Amino acid sequence: MKEALLIARRDFQAYFNTAWGYVVIAVLLLIHGLLFNALAMESKAKYSADVLEEFFYLSSGFTMIAAIILTMRLFAEERSSGTMVLLDTAPVHALQVVLGKFLAGLSMILVLLALSVYMPALIFVNGKVSLGHICSGYLGLVLLGASVVAIGTWGSSLTRIQFVGGAISGVVTALFVLMWALGKVSDPPLDQLTSYLSLFDKHFQPFMQGRVNTQSIVFYLSLCFAFLMLAVRSLRGRRW
Amino acid sequence: MIEVSGLTRYYGETKAIEDLSFNVGANEIVGFLGLNGAGKTTTLKILAGLLHPTSGSVRIEGEDLFGGSLDTRRHVGFLPEVAPLYTEMRVRDYLRFLGELRGMPSKGLDAAIEEVAERTHCAEALDVVIDTLSYGYRKRVGIAQAILHSPRWVILDEPIGGLDPVQIVGMRKVIANLRDTCTVLVSSHILSEVSQTCDRLLILKQGRLVAEGSEQELSHMAQHASSLRVQLRMDAGAFEGLVGSTGLVKEASILRTEGDLLTARVDLTGDHREAFVAALVQAGVGVRRVEDAEAELEDIFLELTSTQPSKKLS
Repeated sequence: MKEALLIARRDFQAYFNTAWGYVVIAVLLLIHGLLFNALAMESKAKYSADVLEEFFYLSSGFTMIAAIILTMRLFAEERSSGTMVLLDTAPVHALQVVLGKFLAGLSMILVLLALSVYMPALIFVNGKVSLGHICSGYLGLVLLGASVVAIGTWGSSLTRIQFVGGAISGVVTALFVLMWALGKVSDPPLDQLTSYLSLFDKHFQPFMQGRVNTQSIVFYLSLCFAFLMLAVRSLRGRRW
Repeated sequence: MIEVSGLTRYYGETKAIEDLSFNVGANEIVGFLGLNGAGKTTTLKILAGLLHPTSGSVRIEGEDLFGGSLDTRRHVGFLPEVAPLYTEMRVRDYLRFLGELRGMPSKGLDAAIEEVAERTHCAEALDVVIDTLSYGYRKRVGIAQAILHSPRWVILDEPIGGLDPVQIVGMRKVIANLRDTCTVLVSSHILSEVSQTCDRLLILKQGRLVAEGSEQELSHMAQHASSLRVQLRMDAGAFEGLVGSTGLVKEASILRTEGDLLTARVDLTGDHREAFVAALVQAGVGVRRVEDAEAELEDIFLELTSTQPSKKLS
């Protein structure tokens, strides 16, 4: 685990050693804030809980986009710059490398989410929401973010071109999001399976509404595990 | 001791290296020589544990490099052709990260970084952001990372490629100094460089090992007992007909002409040196100089690695 944390720390610092990390976070927070102001904080009267729900709805999209953008460089950049050889020759398991990269990406998502806290805090100016609702929403965002970071880590492990890695992750994430639509047009028992795999509709909505759903936590963690294992496999496969 | 046995690697249907076997002793500097595409980088990547061979084995101190133990990686340091650098980091931070990743104890790591920077002549760049370093410094930092964890086995792929003459002299010293602590395998397609730095040369051609030995051994190997270098006063146009008429010559080539003097290399069919000279004198040729033809390393290299059909070394 020590090695994974070392890699995570280096990659996390790398985001801020260049303008990349700052720009991504600043741009996403700016658009997020503007949209929150325009859509959730509009002048017509609303329940505070509804405003908060809309905030989490918007945040889920930004979290997924941020995860895809921030992870596309994780392995692809190491490959294109030739530094992957440093990790490949280090006495470190592929799993530790993947875990380190995943943790770096997840840390960036946590930074982004932490910086977005001012938005739900604004609701307290003219309204009142429960702290539990905020916590459950953020827990959902962290889990959703972690899942997409895992997908992004895997996508980035497949290629040396960042954009291609990002595109693969984006397509796979979109497929998981759109599973709910497939669930509506599928026949049983396929509809149950596709609905269960819905990244947003089935699993994020409860968190958005202030409910912590164990089944969804298990789903998100399973998704992380599956894509991290695929990334490990991808790394190992490159030696053959 | 590193034992390489029957190493073969395919990329799909393409064979990159075939049945390579050689040993490298402790604290030896061995040069891997071959033209571009000869299989040097593939071999080095396998020896660094980056690629699995299709067949064959690599044993370091008796331990299989691909036996699944991560510990063997601790004994290998690798510098690829393009130094693998996190350019946004400072040299010191970069080396510290790699030291920690390779399991070096934090206590003493700073001292080890200072020491390795001194050895590789990049101490003055320790607090500089890598992105701002010159190409030569980047190569030195690349070597510093390869030897930081005191590996027993250091692999340097084209370490002098792209360096200017001053940097090449510096790099030669750096590589020569590595002998004190580790075994070094250097690849290059520049013959003069490896011959100056290495104890032994392995020559690769189209994925196969075609010769190995010290510069002297290779020179002996290619030296024909029946080869002469002669300087004659005669018409260059008549040279071929004359030497052919002696019936003692297998192959002959004019190396240069200066006025009516020509210098040629003559391969005889056997050890007929005295008879050949006598035949020349009898034919009225002015024989100014006769000597055994010492094969130059460059000749050997070209002969061994040429893709054209060539005369076989005896």
